[in-house]
Amino acid sequence: MTSDANIISFKKRDEMITRETVNYISGLAKLHINEVQAQKFAGDLEAILHYVEKLNSLDVSQVKPTSHVLDMENVFRDDTVKPSLSQEQALAFSVEKLNGAYKVPKVIE
Amino acid sequence: MNLFDLTANEILKKIQCSELKPSALKAAIIERNSLVNPKTNAFIRTPDAVTILNTDGDVLPVGIKDNICIKGHLTTCGSRILDGFRPPYDACVVEKLRGAGNVIFGGLNMDEFAFGSSCETSFYGPSRNPWDLSRVPGGSSGGSAAAVAAGQVVWALGSDTGGSIRQPASFCGIVGLKPTYGRVSRYGLIAFGSSLDQIGPLTKDVTDCALLLNVIGGFDPRDSTSMDVAVPDYTQALTKDVKGLRIGIPKEYFIDGIQPEVLTAVNKAIEVLKGQGALIVPLSLPHTEYAVATYYIVATAEASSNLARFDGVEFGLRAMPSVPRKSSLLDMYEETRAQGFGNEAKRRIMLGTYVLSSGYYEAYYLRAQKVRTLIKQDFDKAFNECDVIISPTSPTTSFKIGEKMDDPIAMYLSDIFTIPANLAGIPAISIPCGFDSASLPIGLQFMAKPFAEETVLRAAYAYEQATPWHERRAVL
Repeated sequence: MTSDANIISFKKRDEMITRETVNYISGLAKLHINEVQAQKFAGDLEAILHYVEKLNSLDVSQVKPTSHVLDMENVFRDDTVKPSLSQEQALAFSVEKLNGAYKVPKVIE
Repeated sequence: MNLFDLTANEILKKIQCSELKPSALKAAIIERNSLVNPKTNAFIRTPDAVTILNTDGDVLPVGIKDNICIKGHLTTCGSRILDGFRPPYDACVVEKLRGAGNVIFGGLNMDEFAFGSSCETSFYGPSRNPWDLSRVPGGSSGGSAAAVAAGQVVWALGSDTGGSIRQPASFCGIVGLKPTYGRVSRYGLIAFGSSLDQIGPLTKDVTDCALLLNVIGGFDPRDSTSMDVAVPDYTQALTKDVKGLRIGIPKEYFIDGIQPEVLTAVNKAIEVLKGQGALIVPLSLPHTEYAVATYYIVATAEASSNLARFDGVEFGLRAMPSVPRKSSLLDMYEETRAQGFGNEAKRRIMLGTYVLSSGYYEAYYLRAQKVRTLIKQDFDKAFNECDVIISPTSPTTSFKIGEKMDDPIAMYLSDIFTIPANLAGIPAISIPCGFDSASLPIGLQFMAKPFAEETVLRAAYAYEQATPWHERRAVL
């Protein structure tokens, strides 16, 4: 379990969102972003993150996180074989396919 | 009254006593669409092109937001990245609608992937508000709300992650309900924020809302988050009786910055309900001011994860960079997503990726999940004191197209009163409660505890039947 008993110990953003950060995030998101967009997003993210930092004024050290609002857990079903999409249906909307599989550009240089 | 102005309930009665033929209704709806869709852009494509599977028994034209799968028909999510995608299956709600005699009209416009409060981020151009075509219909289910308000369909489905049914219902002068999380199956709803998303009705009045919820509610084993809770006949809640009903007034929802005409209309509505015998309970939901910040962490985190599947491999758009020697799989992913997603989708993917990234997960995402708990606890406590909570749906009436596009936070604050219900998973409805000086509709919200849809419908119906607002129609 992660403890945040000391709210000061949070890793705080001590710098503005830089274009380098934007490029790092866009890499994680597999999203190519040009220079003009990177500049725009740096400003937007900075403004939004500044806004959401109001959450830091709350002491949540004793609060459990909510990932699901309803009182339910471990939903099981029987492992029975049922009809599913055919290979043909599953491949129908792919731009490229080959021998019953998705075809993609080369992975290894 | 024109055929396209009738409610589903009125239509069903007329058909029952043979005053109306389904074919005449369908013809009237198609004619109405060819006349007004060029003005509203509520449908991404002309609806007659996607009218499907209507047998003689199918009478009610229902509009489907374009993030809900209809087998064999284009489903775009308002995005370029799903270019050409035709789902191989029906969403659970579409199956249910077909079974209940609805003619399916797909392709209602929306903010791209439901990211927006104005319907302006759609790749297919903005929808327009039938009450004033220079203004937004709200969002993200803006096409659904505009289509119902303009008589382009009898009723419609939308989805609501932070207010995306209720805020457009409010802006377009109609009724919109976000059910309890788990009340309606999300099977076949293209996911935005999986812990927040819920499908719900947009209708001309509260009776239709109850009728449509009767059709779409219920457990579905294909959605593990749908709850196995019996679906009552929601029309039984429409009694006009609110004697002794405890209506909570949360002080945090009646604050400076709200358009004065909105406050006046909501306060008048409270007086109407008081006159009907409801008890007014002043209360506090102290963590309200943190809801928008919490939401924009939780929702974007979930969205960035959900949208990872759009990579150009299985379906939709695939693009390669035009730069020489950039021809690997990674280049394809990055270019497909760059060309396929619009600016708001990119902004949310970036924000969601950032708050989940190493070193920031605890400071942002985990903290937001904890504040979400506090917000939920506020409601739990409040519902010990009251049965239903009343508030404005949105702080303002509809704004001009383009007005908030360059200011994401101003746009996000449009959902300040609707977001808490999603974070808490509770049911909430918006109904019309008046018009401002520019003749734009004002929305009134009721919220209740989980699975108490009957309570919000009961309060909403009592108010609606005592006032004329739901009878007004936009003139186009």
